Amino acid sequence: MKRRKLDVKQLPAKAAGELDDRFQLASPLRKVLTKVFPDHWSFLLGEIALFSFIVLLLTGTFLALFFDPSMTEVHYEGAYAPLRGIEMSKAYESSLNLSFDVRGGLILRQMHHWAALLFMASIVVHMGRTFFTGAFRKPRETNWLIGVLLFWLGFAEGFIGYSLPDDALSGTGLRIAGGIAESIPLVGSWVSFALFGGEFPGDSVIPMFYILHVFLLPGILLALIGIHVGLVLIQKHTQWPGPKRTEHNVIGYRMFPNYVSKQGGFFMLVFSVIALMAGLFQINPIWMFGPYRAEVVSAGSQPDFYVMFLDGIVRLFPAWEIRAFGFTIPAVFWPGIVGMGLFTMLPLMYPFLERRFTKDKAHHNLLQRPRDVPARAGVGAMALSFWVVCTLSGANDIIADKFNISLNAMTWGGRIGLLVVPPLAYLMTYRICLGLQQHDREVLAHGVETGIIKRDPDGRFYEVHQPLAQPDEHGHTSLEYNGWTVPKKMNRLGALAPTLKGFFKPIEQAEKPGANGDGSGEVEEGEKREEISAGK
Amino acid sequence: MSTDVPSGEEKKDEQAEPLDVLDSGVTRFELVKEALRRDGVEILHYEPRFPIPGTKEEKRVVRTISFFFVLAGLAAFGFIAAYIWWPWEYEFGGADTWSKWYTPVLGALLGIALGGVGIGILTWSKKLLPVEELMQERHDGASDPVERRLTGATLAHIGDETGVARRPMLKRALLFGAAPLGLAALMPIGGLIKDPGDALFTTGFNPKFNGGNPVRLMREDGTLIRPEEISVGGQITAFPAIPGGATLEHADSPTLLIHLREPDAAEARANAYEMNQGSQWENIIAYSKICTHVGCPASLYEQQTNRLLCPCHQSQFHITNNATPIFGPATRALPQLPLGVDEEGYLYATSDYKVAIGPAFWEREKK
Repeated sequence: MKRRKLDVKQLPAKAAGELDDRFQLASPLRKVLTKVFPDHWSFLLGEIALFSFIVLLLTGTFLALFFDPSMTEVHYEGAYAPLRGIEMSKAYESSLNLSFDVRGGLILRQMHHWAALLFMASIVVHMGRTFFTGAFRKPRETNWLIGVLLFWLGFAEGFIGYSLPDDALSGTGLRIAGGIAESIPLVGSWVSFALFGGEFPGDSVIPMFYILHVFLLPGILLALIGIHVGLVLIQKHTQWPGPKRTEHNVIGYRMFPNYVSKQGGFFMLVFSVIALMAGLFQINPIWMFGPYRAEVVSAGSQPDFYVMFLDGIVRLFPAWEIRAFGFTIPAVFWPGIVGMGLFTMLPLMYPFLERRFTKDKAHHNLLQRPRDVPARAGVGAMALSFWVVCTLSGANDIIADKFNISLNAMTWGGRIGLLVVPPLAYLMTYRICLGLQQHDREVLAHGVETGIIKRDPDGRFYEVHQPLAQPDEHGHTSLEYNGWTVPKKMNRLGALAPTLKGFFKPIEQAEKPGANGDGSGEVEEGEKREEISAGK
Repeated sequence: MSTDVPSGEEKKDEQAEPLDVLDSGVTRFELVKEALRRDGVEILHYEPRFPIPGTKEEKRVVRTISFFFVLAGLAAFGFIAAYIWWPWEYEFGGADTWSKWYTPVLGALLGIALGGVGIGILTWSKKLLPVEELMQERHDGASDPVERRLTGATLAHIGDETGVARRPMLKRALLFGAAPLGLAALMPIGGLIKDPGDALFTTGFNPKFNGGNPVRLMREDGTLIRPEEISVGGQITAFPAIPGGATLEHADSPTLLIHLREPDAAEARANAYEMNQGSQWENIIAYSKICTHVGCPASLYEQQTNRLLCPCHQSQFHITNNATPIFGPATRALPQLPLGVDEEGYLYATSDYKVAIGPAFWEREKK
């Protein structure tokens, strides 16, 4: 029998054919390939969190190979001389070894920590984007709820993660967590004893945290992230308003090749930034803190930034302890438990509260610019400023030290700021939104400022405006605001020619303004430009 | 290949008659358009970046992208080489050793390698892939009303078939069977629950840890403390002199011993609460170091103002007035340890702390 020649070029087609014979893939595959995604930079913030999470899984797996979650006391005999002979837990010893005695261990540990910070930071920014643009409205409330849960799971996962090395700083954090747990009415001491397997610190909390950190929480995170991203695919992404864009379509580019290549490149960039930060910027230098001891703490003990708002509000809350009938409700219960409960419940409830107040039960796929919903933007600014005051207060001792301010003044500043700043932020945001709205409408009615000042024969000065459409006899244009950017500079209208390409000399002839594709260059040419008229 | 790619303005013709997909004369791009049409996608704008292949500008873009990929490859090789051959073993105090650059070198090379690939792909995507704008229908919102009605009827029918509504006894019996089972599933968590007992009310200074005898004070290294060893105005951290007294086994026991100056000591004695009277030994006073707010060590002693500051949340305690909180979130005074000096001249605790040390909890006044 003659052996058939293997045709390499035909191989992919043949393989695809074989697969389709078995799984009937042609139609579903094509739907994936040609799925249309809308494009805007702000849609990529959530991706940073997703990519950081992937880096966390990769680096965390490496760390788990070397970390020993045990609270057994040992004498340190590793490479870091200042701590030699000191008694410490195996968890701390193995974290030190990971930093000093494992080749490349330090950079992976620092990548893990930086990726965690980036994960939380991008979640916060992504939540802000979703909130301020109204992307959480029907039909996407479920994804908002999952997103809020993801923040809190990330918060817990991060806190537990930096508790694992069992250094002085993480032990202090655990002590505070234990103190807050004890403050729960009725069951506080029981909760604390369940957490630590007895009186603080016990010898079981690190092993318990370890299994939570490497198995349970990442599993839940992974599942929720899967649902979160899956729902975006099924429900299709929201889009900004604009030409041809409606509630019933998506305008953008296809999943393949454009979307996937951009995402792939962006993933590599996020990964790259994490690697650079891990190599160049030190994070959590546990060897400088020493092992945890109940009587040792240093000034400037700060948690990671995403826990700082909790630490800050605990610092600010006044000493209001309730004692009655022989029972005590400690002051820290209010900020530590009730406060965090509100920080969880209010965001969870927000989409439904807004629905209730605006009576808007419609289905929304178009985003809103923050300026078009001043009340929501104000509420967001209020929440954000509250969070910022809390977070800054979490570092008030550092601020007091660096700026030479009294510590007590910082505390009082935070207490007053917490009450005063959020309402102010609401009012200011509200006014700014109205101002921006008004300016948009002004440009639509009168045109873009050209920067050309003219003088009338009667001596009057005025600025020449470029109307965005044919003006009526009063110089007004009646263009409808459609919820999207209004051009406000002449070069937005293509008044500037594109720059010439080439480093030393132009490599190609300059193109005519406006010939550059994507519809941005629809400027009137030649004599039409003379129609520039006065803005009244 | 480039022959069947359209040159720009291709959006005009709405095909009047459906395309014969299996016709061999159909171009590939016509097939692609037909596929998009069938998937509800309309092309608004589609144009290759470089309609004329091989222009100077196109070659320039290709060179740029290649540069980033090659740079990434070189950096990745560099990373591998540095990982293997760069001296990495940590030397303490090595100000000018190569090894201290190990992590920065790895980070920089890995960052360049990953970033090179990233920028390469992104440039490729932005500069070489065709400019396209497509419009896809969403088809979201509720299902077709017919489908809804059919599915609703099916569900209701299944409900009827089980007959739960018609046979209430079954419902109740099932509830009785399932609810306790759910509770039973929670029981294994009970393994974590421990009765706090009186653990939060006792510290290592409780005589029960010393065979019923009063407990002496010791330093971290285990040496006992004589009152004259603490200089006036000075302070040291003391632990119960029992086995493991300075370890985390007794994390509730660290105590701050302060030798007050004469006038301050008199003031403290005069201010002492009834509970604290006689707790001071001459001019030496001892307070629990565990902050009554959330348990950090309140350890920053300001000699001039006789204040003790907790660095975690800035609670401040007034040493000469029972260590009452005078600023910050703490609500209760630091408990005072009653001191005495035994016949051998060592400090000891005449009893355990008289109230629970550390953060408050629900039942703390029960004892």
